[in-house]
Amino acid sequence: MTSPAPIAEPRETPRLDPAAVPALSIDGVSHSYGPRRALIDVSFNVRPASFTALLGLNGAGKSTLFSLITRLFGIQTGRVGIFGHDVGRTPGEALRLLGVVFQPRTLDLDLSLTQNLLYHAALHGISRREAATRSAELLARIGLSDRAGSKVRDLSGGQMRRLEIARALLHRPRLLLLDEPTVGLDVKARADIISHVRQLVTEQGIGVLWATHLFDEIMPSDDLVVLHQGKVLAQGPMSRVITEAGAQDVNTAFMRLTGAQMMPGGGA
Amino acid sequence: MSSITTRDAPRGFSAAEYMTCLTGIVWREGLRFLHQRERFVSALVRPLVWLFIFAAGFRQVLGISIIPPYETYILYEVFIAPGLMAMIQLFNGMQSSLSMVYDREMGNMRTLLVSPLPRGFLLFCKLLAGTAVSLLQVYAFLIIAWFWDITPPPIGYLTVLPALILSGLMLGSLGMLISSGIKQLENFAGVMNFVIFPMFFASSALYPLWRVQEGSPYLYYVCEANPFTHAVELIRFALYGQINWISLAVVGACTIVFMIAAIYAYDPSRGLARRGPAGGEG
Repeated sequence: MTSPAPIAEPRETPRLDPAAVPALSIDGVSHSYGPRRALIDVSFNVRPASFTALLGLNGAGKSTLFSLITRLFGIQTGRVGIFGHDVGRTPGEALRLLGVVFQPRTLDLDLSLTQNLLYHAALHGISRREAATRSAELLARIGLSDRAGSKVRDLSGGQMRRLEIARALLHRPRLLLLDEPTVGLDVKARADIISHVRQLVTEQGIGVLWATHLFDEIMPSDDLVVLHQGKVLAQGPMSRVITEAGAQDVNTAFMRLTGAQMMPGGGA
Repeated sequence: MSSITTRDAPRGFSAAEYMTCLTGIVWREGLRFLHQRERFVSALVRPLVWLFIFAAGFRQVLGISIIPPYETYILYEVFIAPGLMAMIQLFNGMQSSLSMVYDREMGNMRTLLVSPLPRGFLLFCKLLAGTAVSLLQVYAFLIIAWFWDITPPPIGYLTVLPALILSGLMLGSLGMLISSGIKQLENFAGVMNFVIFPMFFASSALYPLWRVQEGSPYLYYVCEANPFTHAVELIRFALYGQINWISLAVVGACTIVFMIAAIYAYDPSRGLARRGPAGGEG
């Protein structure tokens, strides 16, 4: 068996203050593909009920980091914790608190919306009856109830993304990861998805890690992690990151930190 | 929707949750299969071409003496039917693994592997689902073959079921093991040449092994060592309500070995990690 069976352990380390447990903690994580180092000693936290933007250019290591958090790759160095559960040691407990929207589409195009949701629920051990109720609720919430029986193939890009977010919420996670979820969407669909996710943070207290290379998706109240060539260059509340970089806005701050060129389509 | 609660202690997973997961994976695989009618048709046409054309032409060339489990002289069609049943499963096992390579490229595999249940269990469910699909194909073949005078005893249709499940699992695990080593979809053509054809032809699917031994003793040893031969023999005997113990032992042992190796190969810290990021790197 590849992973230690997640059987309940009585000797759980007590944590006195639940608010002090970060939704996600990345602690000294490094990762290499052969000689190429994709992540170098990355450390940061995502607080519960917060929106944390992981800002980086393509190739900065965002997707590698996501693959480590979701256990697609084994962790080579460092530690990843989800609400205090170590992804390496007790992946089951960690992953059940995690919802994730990957950058590439991961829906079954030939199955219906409901079938996609029910399959995901089954993978989390949620009974059929409960899964049906939750699916109907979530489809109503994203305004796709009338499409419940259609094939996913017939949806627009924005609708598919909304469905993927609904799917990621089906098992009621408390941490949501999204890897560049607005890539390829039109302005309206982008705005819808961003406001939907921000609502989840304020209304349901979900901690969100939002990977992006688009500055205009970040708000001043957000936490910011700047990742560049596998290293964290700055982190903290957005206003502080900007001040510390001696800049006026996030765009300039990012370029000062990385020495990068203006990104096509990435600027404000 | 629930809001934040205090931190929960590890609670593990109940048997009901495992069961829900298993049925969900089998259900989804079944749905996908039903949506791919061409796959079903081609899975049936392949053995039927062998049965209707190859066997009809070949039966004058090859005489079959009375060998167990048969009690009378039999037609060549009757002899190769179990081999064709195993062939359906061989193709299905390799095709499931092809779909795993495809899933991995397209990202669907991520949905499965992000489930909190143990990865070994998830892959086992995937194997069972693939086997269930192969059973549908084999029984559809048996129904058509019945009209072609391939009429095993009625009880045989029942006794062959456990044999088919075991051989389906063995060939499915072999496919999964191979898929873990394939980086890209294109490489799969090689599997046809280097796995499916040699396994099928160097086996007892098309000719009894004593015939092979007369022709070439070396080929005979190759056939004897081929796990596919034993899958065929297991199915052949089970179809007539008998057990071939040696084949059962070989198929059982191979299933365990292939399955453990496949699950090991899909371990995140070994198998997938070496290949770099799947899908988009960002």
